[in-house]
Amino acid sequence: MKERIGVYICHCGGNISDYVDVEELGKMFHAEDNVIISKDVMFACADSNQKAMVNDISENHLDAIVVASCSPKLHLHTFKNVASRAGLNPTNYVQVNIREQCSWPHSDKPREATVKAAGLIRAGINRVSHSESLDNIEIQVKRAVLVVGAGVAGMKAAIDLARLGNEVYLVEKDYFVGGRIAQADKLFMSGQKGKDIVAKLYAELKSYKNITLFTGATVEKVSGSLGNFHVDIKIKPRYIHVKADPTTVKKAMDECSIMVDDAFSFALTKRKAIYKNYAEALPDVPVVDIEALKNDTEFLSKYASSFDLTQQDEVLSLYAGSVLVTTGFDSYQPKDGEYGYKTVPNVLTLPEFNSLMELNPEQLVYNNKAIKKIAFIYCVGNRQTKGENKYCSRQCCTSAIYSSIQLKEKYKNITAFHLFRDIRTYGKQEILYEKSSKQGDIYIRWDEKEPPIVEQDGKSINIKVKDHLTSKKELEVEADMVVLVTGMVAREDSQQISEKFKIPIGNDKFFNEIHPKLKPVETVIKGVYIGGSCQGPKNISESVQSSLSAAAKINALLKGGTVSLDPVVARVNNDVCTWCGKCAEVCEYTAIRSIASGDKQIAQVNEAICTGCGICAPVCLVNAIEIAQYTDSEIESMIDGFMQKIEIRDKSSESEEVETTEVLMMKEFPQLWKNILESIDKSKKSIPQLAEELATDKEIITYHLMTMNKYSVVMADGMDEKEAYYYYKRKN
Amino acid sequence: MSNENFKPKILVFSTDKISDPGIDQAGLRKIHYSPSVYVISLPCSSGIKPRWIMRAFEKGFDGVFIAADGHECSYSPKCAEHTNNIILESQTLMKANNISPKRIRMAAICSVCAEPFSGHMDNFSRILFELGDINTEKIKYSKTNNEIKDEPKG
Repeated sequence: MKERIGVYICHCGGNISDYVDVEELGKMFHAEDNVIISKDVMFACADSNQKAMVNDISENHLDAIVVASCSPKLHLHTFKNVASRAGLNPTNYVQVNIREQCSWPHSDKPREATVKAAGLIRAGINRVSHSESLDNIEIQVKRAVLVVGAGVAGMKAAIDLARLGNEVYLVEKDYFVGGRIAQADKLFMSGQKGKDIVAKLYAELKSYKNITLFTGATVEKVSGSLGNFHVDIKIKPRYIHVKADPTTVKKAMDECSIMVDDAFSFALTKRKAIYKNYAEALPDVPVVDIEALKNDTEFLSKYASSFDLTQQDEVLSLYAGSVLVTTGFDSYQPKDGEYGYKTVPNVLTLPEFNSLMELNPEQLVYNNKAIKKIAFIYCVGNRQTKGENKYCSRQCCTSAIYSSIQLKEKYKNITAFHLFRDIRTYGKQEILYEKSSKQGDIYIRWDEKEPPIVEQDGKSINIKVKDHLTSKKELEVEADMVVLVTGMVAREDSQQISEKFKIPIGNDKFFNEIHPKLKPVETVIKGVYIGGSCQGPKNISESVQSSLSAAAKINALLKGGTVSLDPVVARVNNDVCTWCGKCAEVCEYTAIRSIASGDKQIAQVNEAICTGCGICAPVCLVNAIEIAQYTDSEIESMIDGFMQKIEIRDKSSESEEVETTEVLMMKEFPQLWKNILESIDKSKKSIPQLAEELATDKEIITYHLMTMNKYSVVMADGMDEKEAYYYYKRKN
Repeated sequence: MSNENFKPKILVFSTDKISDPGIDQAGLRKIHYSPSVYVISLPCSSGIKPRWIMRAFEKGFDGVFIAADGHECSYSPKCAEHTNNIILESQTLMKANNISPKRIRMAAICSVCAEPFSGHMDNFSRILFELGDINTEKIKYSKTNNEIKDEPKG
């Protein structure tokens, strides 16, 4: 038990002390047995007060401190650092929130706010008196990072991590790098081609000797924890002989006559059985589609020296201090019949349409039909009130509008209809919306309850839509092609990735960060970070921002060689534990295992893996497991503290000169208030008159009069002759 | 029915990363709720021990409210299920101690749920006001224990 506690109660200017009588509380806790110092301070976080606290701790040999001020989200670390500077263990510090959870929400009831604040502070004192001096958990970390996914987010992060001196293992599932942007032609807002960006990033990747790229590789098994993750990856073979002559390989590619659907171009074209995703795809080594080619024995024997059909899957073990997951997204795949997809000819998704535009540089032709009238239908597969994907992918509006602009720049006599619910071209992207409108694109707004109906009408497509911008009038749009503006969904394999790295998944099936604003790239798994669109819909710029943010976080984590972790982890009472296994059963992170201890089995917690969530504690049948800093004695003493009887001194009985109300009892009036009241009791006065009579600055008189008015001590009583100032009198 | 001066005391268990910032938001926006509401913040609502809940009732709290993360919990996708189990276990203990199971409630509170939190507090206060002071409730509940049929299932 801590017996020399320092208590600091903050006025926060007037944010707290306008409603809570902090001076009275300061005096009240001074009388406690184990409280050596109890002070009310104007700003607890001010440098001057921090220095005073350090002196207090040293001079009075305090063994714990409590600061009652704002939310711990703001200044927990400020005061932990104060404790550290004074040689006190930071775990012997408790912050009590008497602003966001007391003075502000109860500003309408100052007296009750003071009573509540007293209970909160008492609970804080009780808690800190039970606090233990805990050391942070020190972990040795390997300065190597595994980056999963070599799309734009992963490549950029890998380059930054390597530049900062980390060993980087970049693992890509596909045989070629670039991810989704390699499939794109021109990108908004810069107009750069996706494939050019990929080539530039790849050249940069290859310039770093400390980046090792694995393509055709998947994560198979993950063990270990922060500082030393052990990851097995499986690399699929390319079936190209390691000593093959590149010229002969190219000749074989040219000669190959077996064609299959090209998934890279959304099956709009065919590709050869020896292939690259596109001519400039990187790494510049083709892949043999062994399933497609296996029966062409003549061709295989002709180029036997170039192929190695004996190649097998290879499993490699990698060791990394931290992991960055940048696995990206999938595009929503409409169901058959959804807005005529697959049931009406010439209905494509936006990615398919963009690929079609890239494949048709001169004239837009599809199914042997020249395309002149195109209707874009927005929000397909997103913002579904009744469906699974309730979120907005927000980049698809701009993407569709940019495609529409490209259409008119590339082809002649094009008419574009945009059937939208809402347009979300936020930020600079609004310029594209304006450009599209000015070029004559037609925008028709529909409501989710009455979606457009897409039907075949001879050789054309007929779309019926109720236009909410013209009194819900039903319009019929004739089009040669319908483009479904599909949003982003979580990758099909996100569940497997989640299971391997234990990354929580949200309702939307994207990976969950700890907090969208405060910890946007961190996951609850120490050392595992997320970046890019695997955590939710993002455009390229936002994806890169988040992955670079994660890279910076990882570098800061690993660069020292050791990591200091908060000691808030589960711990087991070995004497009580009888290993029933329930704690291990509920632990999402496999942080608990059974070990032998004497003649019995007990639970053991891996502190590096444990997140300190506490899920294991309530399920223990014998109460043998608890979370440090959230022990029974700490929590129960807080509950006791809230309910301890509190007596707030009634100051009304001590003052004969001031008429008091219940509110006023809480405040100890400064002498100035008494002087003001004496003066206005004689006759009503204005601010300049009071300032002159009391020889006090006008601004000070104004401040105090306003406060007195707020607390119903005084009230206005007409204006002076110039109508510049109110007169004030005492409020009865 | 309680006497008019009765102000139910509520203990709220919040979570550090999601619901506690939501409760802070209520303060930040000066949204008022009962000053008899006290908050203990924990990493996750799945870590609340039933004995803490029972301690609260023992010490005179009239109700316990769990401001959970629901599906937003960053620790476990099964958080709501775990928390619900804790409530069910607590209600069993409450019944054994002549405390109405209605005195415990759970709702998902997100980091910007200022108004919903205040609304829950007002609503729960009204329910607790109807139930009356915890100490008199224990006696009343003891007498009518066998008659109560509309207990929440969790």
